[in-house]
Amino acid sequence: MSTDFPRSAAALAAGLASGDYSSVELTRHYLERIARLDGGLNSFVTVCEDSALAQAAEADAARAAGNAGPLTGIPYANKDIFCTRGVRTSCASRMLDKFIAPYDAHVVERLHAAGLVMLGKTNMDEFAMGSSNESSFYGAVRNPWDRERVPGGSSGGSAAAVAAGLAPLATGTDTGGSIRQPAALCGISGLKPTYGRVSRYGMVAFASSLDQGGPMALDARDLALMLNVMAGFDSRDSTSIDRADEDYTRMLDSPLTGLRIGLPREYFGAELDTRIGDLIHRAVAVLKARGAVTREISLPNAALAIPAYYVIAPAECSANLSRYDGVRFGHRCNDPSDLDDLYSRSRGEAFGAEVKRRILVGTYALSSGYYDAYYRKAQQVRRLIKNDFVSAFDEVDVIIGPTTPGVAFHAGQNIEDPVTMYLSDVYTTAANLAGLPAMSLPAGLVDELPVGMHFIGNYFDEARLLGLGHAYQQDTDWHRQTPPGVY
Amino acid sequence: MSIKAEDVRAMARLARLEIAEPDIPVYADQLSRILDFVAQMNVIDTAGVEPLAHPLDLVARLRPDQVTESDQRENLQAGAPSTADGLYLVPQVIE
Repeated sequence: MSTDFPRSAAALAAGLASGDYSSVELTRHYLERIARLDGGLNSFVTVCEDSALAQAAEADAARAAGNAGPLTGIPYANKDIFCTRGVRTSCASRMLDKFIAPYDAHVVERLHAAGLVMLGKTNMDEFAMGSSNESSFYGAVRNPWDRERVPGGSSGGSAAAVAAGLAPLATGTDTGGSIRQPAALCGISGLKPTYGRVSRYGMVAFASSLDQGGPMALDARDLALMLNVMAGFDSRDSTSIDRADEDYTRMLDSPLTGLRIGLPREYFGAELDTRIGDLIHRAVAVLKARGAVTREISLPNAALAIPAYYVIAPAECSANLSRYDGVRFGHRCNDPSDLDDLYSRSRGEAFGAEVKRRILVGTYALSSGYYDAYYRKAQQVRRLIKNDFVSAFDEVDVIIGPTTPGVAFHAGQNIEDPVTMYLSDVYTTAANLAGLPAMSLPAGLVDELPVGMHFIGNYFDEARLLGLGHAYQQDTDWHRQTPPGVY
Repeated sequence: MSIKAEDVRAMARLARLEIAEPDIPVYADQLSRILDFVAQMNVIDTAGVEPLAHPLDLVARLRPDQVTESDQRENLQAGAPSTADGLYLVPQVIE
């Protein structure tokens, strides 16, 4: 029975539209898979069986009344960083272990208004700080391709859930690669939109000038369908872009003839596993066969992206997380002796090691006497990194490289060595610093583990990225590979 | 090592973040490695480069100064650790 359902959201939506099954049946199918398979993955921190079935019944009623949209009745998994009224939003932290948001995030409002069905909330690195999903208060997420390995992070629960067929779609957030890196390591597709395209309202803040929500799915078409729902102006986010909505599926079938692809030499350096580099070149050849042209380009300051990121992100994190004071919401220690003790013990008890490291680094970088050497310097480097991209996009339409320098690493391998862990995001952080849209798609296997191909587009050029991705997926089937043992 | 134990204690104090004493040397070591790593930024001369605070160089949007929110005190305080009569309770601050 369970194998009767197609896997992609577009195919599932077609089945709903033609009456092959109801949303309630589809939702039960995924809830059953979660119950059967998630014990070994830990990709969900909360499963919402009752509310999911109620939403599914509403979706079926809407369809019966002739009010169905493209994704009405499609289940999705929601990263536990998006506030959901009435359902715990933990950010995988002890700090918010009992936090029930009094409102829905803008993204959640939009998804639910469009008739999507929330199966539950997915596991993540604590406050989205991590690249392996090992910093969660609720325990590590396992990679469905190899349970001894990490799924990537911070949206590792969402990536693992989609890869294992526990949800056809999932939300993610991406501050330095947190959608794209886990998508790559779990063999799914993920897109970080242009900064400001998806509202941050109700998305628990980590580094506000970098954070961006986006879709995670099996293929580029599903990303486009989901982004159509997620993206849009929201006056409650001061950095939301006031720009007309657009149809992100409009370029899915556009020809690639003459499309200029830039291959930055800095993204194919010594740190890259050569087998991954070979797969990326093979994938680019597929695009060339469709008429795209390539040229080598240079992003001279690429190597400075991670150093600048690991000043800016901790600095913004230390400011954002000062709101957790044990007073208004979140964890409070027992029997505080005075107000200072209340603050520092509540925070000390409830934040994990990586969050504490980043608060301390950020506090240092912003402190008197060090601000110019660290924070101001990093913001200047950020300008240079952006300028590199602005120049590159004078010559090319899209930039392609690997998403990560290696395949999924073993659990525990980098946990004591933060700098090595940070280098897992060596190719992804620049797009956040510059605010550009970027996407990862499956492009092959190395040692039977997924490899991601990374696409960076110009500002607001998501539709072109998705069209390019869709074209690639017409000619390849890496996005249809499934981890062993889940079907 | 660029960060010493007293630096960790000072940052923890500024951030109101309790760090257990046995963990201080571990943080000192890890923070040193992180800060030594980010010091790679210094290979490039950035004199005269305007810092980029926001990827799109946004200007803050303004709105009319009108009340748009309704009173949600009870709703918002429902998740607070300790309240009474609509107030947040904390340890006594003033004798």
